[in-house]
Amino acid sequence: MTMPLVEVRGLKIGATIYPPGAKPKAIEIVHGIDFDLGPGQVLGLIGESGAGKSTIGLSTMAYGRGGVRITGGTVTINGRDILKANLSELRKLRGGEVTYVSQSAAASFNPAKRIMEQVIEAAVLQGKFSKRDAEQRAVELFGKLGLPDPDKIGNRYPHQVSGGQLQRCMTALALCPEPDLVVFDEPTTALDVTTQIDVLKAIKDAIRDTGVAALYITHDLAVVAQVSDDIMVLRMGDMVEYGSTDQIINAPKEEYTKALVSVRSIQHPEKAPAEPVLSVRGITARYKGLNFDVLKDVTVDLSPGQTLAVVGESGSGKSTLARVITGLLPPSEGEIVFDGRALSPDQPSRSPEDLRELQMIYQMADTAMNPRQTVGTIIGRPLEFYFGLRGEKKRQRINELLDEIEMGKGFIDRYPAELSGGQKQRVCIARALAAKPKLIICDEVTSALDPLVADGILKLLLQLQKIEDVAYLFITHDLATVRAIADSIAVMYQGRVQRYGPKSEVLSPPFDDYTDLLLSSVPEMKLGWLEDVIAHRKMDSAGH
Amino acid sequence: MCRGARIRKLWHQGMLKNIPLSALIGLFFTGLYFLMAIFAPLVAPYGMAEVVGDVWEPSSADHLLGTDTIGRDLLSRMIYGGRTTIYIATMATALSFITGSILGFAAAVSGGWVDQALSRFVDLIMSIPSLIFALVVLSVMPVTVTVLILVMGLLDATRVYRLARAVAVDISVMEYVEAARLRGEKLTWIIFREILPNALSPLVAEMGLRFIFMVLFVSTLSFLGIGVQPPGADWGGIVKENKEGIVYGIGAALYPAVAIATLAISVNLVADWVLNRTTSLKGGRG
Repeated sequence: MTMPLVEVRGLKIGATIYPPGAKPKAIEIVHGIDFDLGPGQVLGLIGESGAGKSTIGLSTMAYGRGGVRITGGTVTINGRDILKANLSELRKLRGGEVTYVSQSAAASFNPAKRIMEQVIEAAVLQGKFSKRDAEQRAVELFGKLGLPDPDKIGNRYPHQVSGGQLQRCMTALALCPEPDLVVFDEPTTALDVTTQIDVLKAIKDAIRDTGVAALYITHDLAVVAQVSDDIMVLRMGDMVEYGSTDQIINAPKEEYTKALVSVRSIQHPEKAPAEPVLSVRGITARYKGLNFDVLKDVTVDLSPGQTLAVVGESGSGKSTLARVITGLLPPSEGEIVFDGRALSPDQPSRSPEDLRELQMIYQMADTAMNPRQTVGTIIGRPLEFYFGLRGEKKRQRINELLDEIEMGKGFIDRYPAELSGGQKQRVCIARALAAKPKLIICDEVTSALDPLVADGILKLLLQLQKIEDVAYLFITHDLATVRAIADSIAVMYQGRVQRYGPKSEVLSPPFDDYTDLLLSSVPEMKLGWLEDVIAHRKMDSAGH
Repeated sequence: MCRGARIRKLWHQGMLKNIPLSALIGLFFTGLYFLMAIFAPLVAPYGMAEVVGDVWEPSSADHLLGTDTIGRDLLSRMIYGGRTTIYIATMATALSFITGSILGFAAAVSGGWVDQALSRFVDLIMSIPSLIFALVVLSVMPVTVTVLILVMGLLDATRVYRLARAVAVDISVMEYVEAARLRGEKLTWIIFREILPNALSPLVAEMGLRFIFMVLFVSTLSFLGIGVQPPGADWGGIVKENKEGIVYGIGAALYPAVAIATLAISVNLVADWVLNRTTSLKGGRG
């Protein structure tokens, strides 16, 4: 075996935390990690948030973000320990031998400079290429990455290309200086499924063609299985399992890995439709100042105690539908019938009873809870507001609700900042349940959560549906979630309902072109899935 | 949880224990000035308008800061003057913050024509320099302490309104405010329970600054002769009474200036500290 390009031994990384009021405290966030990476190899780092995967990725550039420091171990790249290198040596390394692709290309590109200028910057500064050669190389890379019009796209500004294209431009940026190693930090996480698949393919091909080694960081095991040779599973700064992709996916050894592989395996038998609790009839809506309709003639029904999943990519109008139903955006046409009565189109004129029976849970639990209110106030307010509960009775009911969301009494006096992501979302669910609603609108409630945590939330929602007999309008872009919980499905595309019906019908052929694209784009946990899908697609995604 | 218990909890969490040196200095001097203002009759060696010596006597054991332009004890006048200045500034700041922030929050939350009407009215007031506006108003109104406080407080409320509205506009698009709206909450709950606790940090910082502007404002008015009327004392008035002394090398007019400067710095040191504490508290906005 040749000498590895990257050799990491006993890597320890520490950080300083600043608890309010107390003295700053040093903690260790990565506890001794070893791995090797040969030339042209791809290693996938996978784990939930806080597992230390990005931190480990950045350590191959001898860099720690914020207060993060590398406290022990060695990182050897091309035969020398970069943790002992001085700043001028590191400057040669960063952007020369090792480059980085971040999650949000939109936030990483300078909006005031043309793409080409930024793509070739590192290569020229490092003295690896002359400006002309670098530009030539960039154009070549644009072509390889499947960007349209590779000769000219570099002259555009970042806002003039789509999100998926910009992410590919950033990959070109990282590959331009002919690095030995590229760190991909969640490069497709912020993209729609249908776009993600193209970017994934482009990255995979580019890695193969240029023979570069890569660290691929993601929380999505199905994605990493498509691109990497080896996978390392991380949890809370410790290595859980390290093996070939084939072994991790098909024969995981550790319990945690098994859980990750089998995530989203919730089975939910579909219920038969009944007299609807919510009927959306011919809704057309547009935002003030826009000259096109965001929703066009949307008609869907939702039966009591069941789940209607509204699926689509960003910009398809799914969240706008929620705003129309809640009355935040009065529609220009159509009506909404809720529990047999027509709902007033704008929220302030709705009756307290209508407001109580229709609750909402948001994607970002962080911004959905007032950071200055305790869990007790957050859950207790609807009890007080709708049912006039006070004192001991209110406290008792709060505790009951905390039990229902599988959190203990001890949480009642905590502030949102003292909760984990999953706990925050649970509190939001309790707040919605406190009103005893007939319908809860769930707007991407699991998208911001780690897969295992999201699974827990979905199970909880299903269980609560059984107990409380509440209907969910479940907005999501994630088809695996839909399969897990929906009774009926509405597929939205460019403001229209493309396909609507019971789950079994919507998810079985014959498909229309868009539904086929959407369904086939959901990463599956098997090797070679990516190639299969690309070969069998009927329609190009919007990212092309 | 009642307020007392909350303060005790903060104390036990170390919120109030580890006070930085700068804040301690600020707290000490601010406290000193306020205590002197409150207990002026007990602290001051002589009465406020009592003539006890010659004109512009130098400092001595009897008169620590000497005497003023008509032979009153300068230290006593400084203490009583501080009482008036601090009282007017405090009341005017409180008035401007209560009206300014409530109107600002209401405008941000309501939006639409309410916001437009209030904001344009405030723009109108702000387009007139506040000193000139105050001079005009005070020359037609009887100059009493109440009128001074009202004029200064309401004029300054326009500045607070601007800040409060800007902060609240940011907060009112947060989903927790939307959630409260969807619940059907009234304007008062949204303003006082959802927005105010999150807007407190920038407002507290601004309050320190505004208090000092108020001290300067009332001193300016008194210096121009339309603020606190003689024989009442305030720091601006003392400068005015003793300004001729500077020509003869008598520093009586400088003491109030030093008092204003030290009060300004110490109040801002405290405000800075409060700002730091509350921004790190429970992950709130800055």
